[in-house]
Amino acid sequence: MRTIHTKDIVDAVAGMCVKANTELPDDVRAAFEKAMAEETSPAAKEVLRQLLENADISADTKLPLCQDCGLAVYFVEVGDEVQIEGGNLRDAINEGTRKGYGEGFLRKSACDPFSRQNTGDGTPAIIHFDFVPGDKLKIVYMAKGGGSENMSRVTMLAPAQGWEGIKQFVINRVAEAGPNPCPPTIIGIGIGGTFDHAAKIAKKSLMRRLDDTHPDPDIAAKEAELKEAINKLGIGPMGLGGKTTVLDVKMTVEPCHLASLPLAVNVQCHSQRHEEVEL
Amino acid sequence: MAEYKLTTPLTDEDVVQLKAGDVVFLTGKIYSARDAAHKKLVDLLDAGKDLPFDLEGASIYYVGPSPAPPGRPIGAAGPTTSYRMDSYAPRLHSLGLKATIGKGKRNEETRKAMQDHKAVYFGATGGAGALLSNSIKKSEVIAFDELGPEAIREMTVEDFPLLVINDAHGNELYAVPDRKAAGIE
Ligand code: SF4
Repeated sequence: MRTIHTKDIVDAVAGMCVKANTELPDDVRAAFEKAMAEETSPAAKEVLRQLLENADISADTKLPLCQDCGLAVYFVEVGDEVQIEGGNLRDAINEGTRKGYGEGFLRKSACDPFSRQNTGDGTPAIIHFDFVPGDKLKIVYMAKGGGSENMSRVTMLAPAQGWEGIKQFVINRVAEAGPNPCPPTIIGIGIGGTFDHAAKIAKKSLMRRLDDTHPDPDIAAKEAELKEAINKLGIGPMGLGGKTTVLDVKMTVEPCHLASLPLAVNVQCHSQRHEEVEL
Repeated sequence: MAEYKLTTPLTDEDVVQLKAGDVVFLTGKIYSARDAAHKKLVDLLDAGKDLPFDLEGASIYYVGPSPAPPGRPIGAAGPTTSYRMDSYAPRLHSLGLKATIGKGKRNEETRKAMQDHKAVYFGATGGAGALLSNSIKKSEVIAFDELGPEAIREMTVEDFPLLVINDAHGNELYAVPDRKAAGIE
C-alpha cells in the first residue's frame, strides 16, 4: 500500500484550479492558431485574435480566462494500492476546490437550484471516481462553464436510427445552439451505456487533449466525419460565420441495452480549461 | 461596416444610426445585471418602486464578473448568454433601456421590442473575460450585494469593444446555420 496524505491532494487540486483558469492549455492555443490560419472572414479572425490576446492577458495578470470559472468537474482514478491518509478523498477534493477558487479569485458559480443562493465557495464539485490497478492517484480537472453546458442534451434513440440518427441529432444540436455556447466549441459525445452513463462518458470525452486521436480507427473516422459535417454549418467563431464552428469532436462508445441507443452531446466552449495531476 | 465611438447614456439618434455588423467602442457608465438581478428588478417594478439606476438611455451588460484581485477594479468580465434575460428585456426596453450587451441569440419578442423602442443588442466576445476587463476602469456594487457575482454593478468603461448583433431596424448579424451543407436537411 502507498499512502497519500489529503494535505497533498488539497494543494494539488487548488493548484490545478488556478492554473487551468489562468493559463490556456497548449493544445487549445494550438487549435486557435490553426483556426486563425484557416479562417478567411475578418470577423472570425478578429474573434480568434481576441481569444489569443485574452490568453496572453490572463497569463500576465492572472485574471481568469473567462469570468465563468465553471463548476469544478473531476475524473479521479484511484489506484487499488493507494491509501488516503488524513481524511476522506471527496472532502479533500472539495477542500482543494474551495482553496483554489478562493485564493485564485475565481468566480464561485455553484448555487441552490430553487433559491438560487450561491454556496459561496465553488463547491460542491462534481466528482467521478474510478478504481484502477496500481499505486497512483490521478485527478483530471475541468472548469465547466454554464453557457455551453446549457446547450448539451441526452436522448434515447431507437437502435434502428443507428449512426445516421446519431449524426442528425448531433449536427442539429450544434445548429440549434448557434452562437450561444461560445463557438468554436468542442463536442463531447457519449454513445451507449444507460441514460446517466451516456452523459458521463460524453463529459469524459471532453477530458481528452484536442491533439489526440482516438485509438480505435473506426471511432476516429466517425469523429472526423462529424467534425467536417458540423463545420459546414458555417456558424463560425462566436456565431459570426466562418469555417471553425467546432475545434474538435471527441467520442466515447460503450455497450448498451439491446433496446436502446443512448446518446449524450456535451457541448464545451472554446474556453477549454483542463488540467491533470498524478500523485 | 462602420465604426463608432459612443458615450452613455445612449440617445435614439445614437441607436438608429447603427447597423448589424457595425463596431462600437462604448465609453461611460453601464450596469451589470444577469438572471437573479433581472428577477429583482422586475419585482421592484411590480411593487411600483424605483430601480437602483435610471433606465432612460441605459445600457445593461449581462455579466457576472469574477472577484477583483488586489489592485484591479474588477476581475474577468466577459458576457453571459443573453436568451435567459429575454423574458425581462422587452419590458425594460419599453421603459427606456437602450442597449443590452451579451452573447448569443435573442428571441423574437426581444428583437421586436428593440425595433419598437429604438434599442440595440451588442455582442462582446464570450470567453474573453480578461481582455474585456481591461476596458472597465471602475466598478461599484449599487444593488443586491447579497447576490455576489450577480449583484448590480455600475461599471465605468472606456472604449469597450462591441459588435452590433441586432440593430433597431430588425437586422441580425449571426450566421444562419447551413443545415443543407451539413447534411441535415
Ligand atoms: S460558454 Fe464558456 S467561454 Fe463562454 S462565457 Fe461560458 S464559460 Fe465562458
